Amino acid sequence: MVKEEIQTNNGVNVQYRRKRNKREMRHQLISFLLMIFLTLVAFFVVGYGDFSVWFVIPFILILASVQVGFQLYYFMHMSNKGHEAPALFIYSAVLVAFVTILAFITIIWI
Amino acid sequence: MNSYAQKRGFLATLWDYLTTVDHKKIAILYLVAGGFFFVLGGIEALLIRVQLAVPNNDFMSADMFNQVMTMHGTTMIFLAAMPLLFALMNAVLPLQIGARDVAFPFINALGFWLFLFGGIFLNLSWFLGGAPDAGWTSYASLSLASEGKRIDFYTLGLQISGFGTLMAGINFIVTIINMRTTGMTYMRMPMFTWTTFVACSLILFAFPPLTISIFFLIFDRLFGAQFFNVDMGGNTIIWEHLFWIFGHPEVYILVLPAFGIFSEVISTFSRKRLFGYASMVFATVLIGFLGFMVWAHHMFTTGLGPIANAIFAVATMAIAVPTGIKIFNWLLTMWGGSIKLTTPMLYAVAFIPSFVIGGVTGIMNAASVADYQYHDTYFVVGHFHYVILGGVVFAVLAGLHFYWPKMFGTMLNETLGKITFWLFLIGFHLTFFVQHFLGLMGMPRRTFTFLEGQGLETGNYISSIGSVLMAVASVILVINIIITSVKNKKVGNDPWGDGRTLEWSISSPPPYYNFKQLPLVRSIDAYWHEKMEGRKEMPPAEPLGDIHMPNPSFIPFMISFGLFIAAFGAMYRPDYSWGLPVLIGGLVITFGSMLVRSLKDDLGTYIKKEELDDDKGVKA
Ligand SMILES: [Cu+2]
Repeated sequence: MVKEEIQTNNGVNVQYRRKRNKREMRHQLISFLLMIFLTLVAFFVVGYGDFSVWFVIPFILILASVQVGFQLYYFMHMSNKGHEAPALFIYSAVLVAFVTILAFITIIWI
Repeated sequence: MNSYAQKRGFLATLWDYLTTVDHKKIAILYLVAGGFFFVLGGIEALLIRVQLAVPNNDFMSADMFNQVMTMHGTTMIFLAAMPLLFALMNAVLPLQIGARDVAFPFINALGFWLFLFGGIFLNLSWFLGGAPDAGWTSYASLSLASEGKRIDFYTLGLQISGFGTLMAGINFIVTIINMRTTGMTYMRMPMFTWTTFVACSLILFAFPPLTISIFFLIFDRLFGAQFFNVDMGGNTIIWEHLFWIFGHPEVYILVLPAFGIFSEVISTFSRKRLFGYASMVFATVLIGFLGFMVWAHHMFTTGLGPIANAIFAVATMAIAVPTGIKIFNWLLTMWGGSIKLTTPMLYAVAFIPSFVIGGVTGIMNAASVADYQYHDTYFVVGHFHYVILGGVVFAVLAGLHFYWPKMFGTMLNETLGKITFWLFLIGFHLTFFVQHFLGLMGMPRRTFTFLEGQGLETGNYISSIGSVLMAVASVILVINIIITSVKNKKVGNDPWGDGRTLEWSISSPPPYYNFKQLPLVRSIDAYWHEKMEGRKEMPPAEPLGDIHMPNPSFIPFMISFGLFIAAFGAMYRPDYSWGLPVLIGGLVITFGSMLVRSLKDDLGTYIKKEELDDDKGVKA
């Protein structure tokens, strides 16, 4: 089969798109494997390792935020162009929620 | 099929408004409903001032005073100020960014009907056993102790109207991000669009805490939960925090659009580009962010401890910096401009010193140590009325006069407008300036009367006279509106003669599709730019073609009506057996309507190109 250079409506080259899809697929696969690995690590730390609570809780929270990052950037395409507005709103919300939770655990519950 | 030309009967018009998804008609709905609640809240304010005019007054009982005072605050904030601002946003914003409608016309209508049904529900409390009486902040320990159904009207009513506000906010955010015309970059957006954008982002982040805290209170009062009940291990302070995490940004939700209106008015009538546009945008965004880090300044005397108090005090004072930037920018916009003192401009000029007074007393309150002296006194009442009347109400009145021709195609009478302005300005300062000193002399906030011989008589008497002047001003405004509507003298595209932004480039009121061809924006103050280049109209950004428009729908009304019914069911469920079926029935109406909306395809209609050619007098 002969590969043709077809121009789509918005001027994006089909061959280029195929290449990009391939690359994205690879990224998704890698991050999928990483996420499974991180989940296993989290289970191991909680279930089998003999670590103190003061290590375990921050550690799995960090793993969780890494997973959220993978999810947003590789599976929900936030790394692609044109996602600046959602990113701005997500980070603003994270900031607001963080300040709220910080205030609640520092001046209300303790 | 030109629906504008047809003479229509009353019922047809009513049905038109009940089902409309057109942002210009929704603006009128918001204006009428918000105006109604503004009058209601104003009457409540007058009742308060009558009661406090003389010492030891028995015009109303302490219980009645609590209800009137609570409903005055709640009505003015949630049912008057916000809807009136939404009216102006709906009327102007899509035009300013060169859009044919908002991003979600259906959601826009839904937002209005939810607000209206929530507001009606709240006010029905007057006829069904008494109105809420725990203050507009409705602190949990107070509201859990309130007997009867009063607080339930507050929680359920505000919850419904809060959903509406949240939807309206999201709709405007998406509209501004997605619907700007060609060339309308972020840094070419008019200031009112920018401030609306930031205010709606604040709605998006601030209303969920309110929704949650109100749900907690609903569950506590109606469904046996114990979130705020200290005896059962709850924590009453959580309400205060959640309420103020919403409550402080709420001030900016109100005042930022007000800033935007004044920016437009000052720039238009100084006939100059807004001074320091980029710094204005920066200041607006910064105020938005800082607004979420200061809420505990309402709670300095709760006992948060010196460290928390100090942090929140410093953060609060930091907000004075971007606000100061704005004040200087407005002054420098006027500096050297060729100023025309029209009614909107008078409000804008009067706003600056009034708002600065409110800002300065705000800094005084922010000093957490000094705040122990001011807390819960009339000093605070004076402060926030300077901010909200001197900022938001002045802006609504300025915006009403300024955009009236764009909304209705007629000009309000300038002489009557100026009389309204002067009476309102004098009445406003008479009413609230003395309240600072009453507070410093020790008069507590929300007190239903005071004693003779404590030096509070003169101040309170002056305050009451001032409120009468504001009432007279409002009556003259209504007369002005009636006269203008009866005369019905139509005006052209740009009746002020100095319009700078896109809304002034199309007819007043605009056709229902706004722009025949979407305009091409080549500069900030796009229309002014074209006028300076010698053109009479905007260059088009697209060839003339079919225009896609959404269909009207009755479903938003039904969704809101279902929640209204469900609220009654939820409220009476603990006392009557019919409560639960009514609750379920209401929810069935709401979710059934949503289901119909989801399953029935509604692809909208097209206005054909040929039809557009027939419409004379509407260009680009
Ligand atoms: Cu505040």
